[in-house]
Amino acid sequence: MELSLATRVVAAHTVLEVGGEVDVYTAPKLRERITELLDSGVTAVVVDLARVDFMDSTGLGVLVGGLRRARAAGATFGVVCSRESLLKIFRITALDQVLPLYPSVDAATAS
Amino acid sequence: MATVRLEFTPEPAHVRTARLVGVAVARRAGVPDDQLDEVRLAIGEACARAVARHQRVGLRDVVAVAFTDGDRYVVQVWDHAGDEEQITDEEQITVDVSASLLQAIVKDLQVRPLEGGPGTEVQMAWPVRRASRLGR
Repeated sequence: MELSLATRVVAAHTVLEVGGEVDVYTAPKLRERITELLDSGVTAVVVDLARVDFMDSTGLGVLVGGLRRARAAGATFGVVCSRESLLKIFRITALDQVLPLYPSVDAATAS
Repeated sequence: MATVRLEFTPEPAHVRTARLVGVAVARRAGVPDDQLDEVRLAIGEACARAVARHQRVGLRDVVAVAFTDGDRYVVQVWDHAGDEEQITDEEQITVDVSASLLQAIVKDLQVRPLEGGPGTEVQMAWPVRRASRLGR
């Protein structure tokens, strides 16, 4: 399944809904979209992975890069993920200690 | 023992094809269903690593993969890239994360230089359940 990207605004946060597979082929499109949001002046980004069924190390690298860019721009950056197969790769790589992870969009936008 | 071989130009788009083929062969080989997500991730990581190594040095030679269904399910990925140029911070994160993932999810993992030329071989193996092997 190809990557799908859509944005919506929830409680003053821009939620980037990601679906499909985030891999070495599609991850650059995610990186580009996150960069566009930050460059456009968005100050609170939430990347919602609820409809992602596969993610590899390239996708993880893009999320870490997004966090860095957000911090440099003075914006907040959160990731919504409740799928166990994805949470497992965050834990294996210890990125659950780096990326602000939330179980739901409500939790991310309330922070 | 049966082997499926795949060769592809070093383009990220083809990594997904390798994952799909690899999981199909793994299922047929009798890799337990609860390990197929890890097989898919590991094949993707190894192939993406090979593609990235070729791209960093501008090498257009094909990346080769073999999926072997035997006493174990064995996946081998070969690249032919020499020493890498300087890579960006984000690329380095991906390289480090990819290595961590492979080491964590593949118990039987070997990464070694190719004999007689530049490049590396990644070999990964998983146990199979003989009772669940299909078509035998």
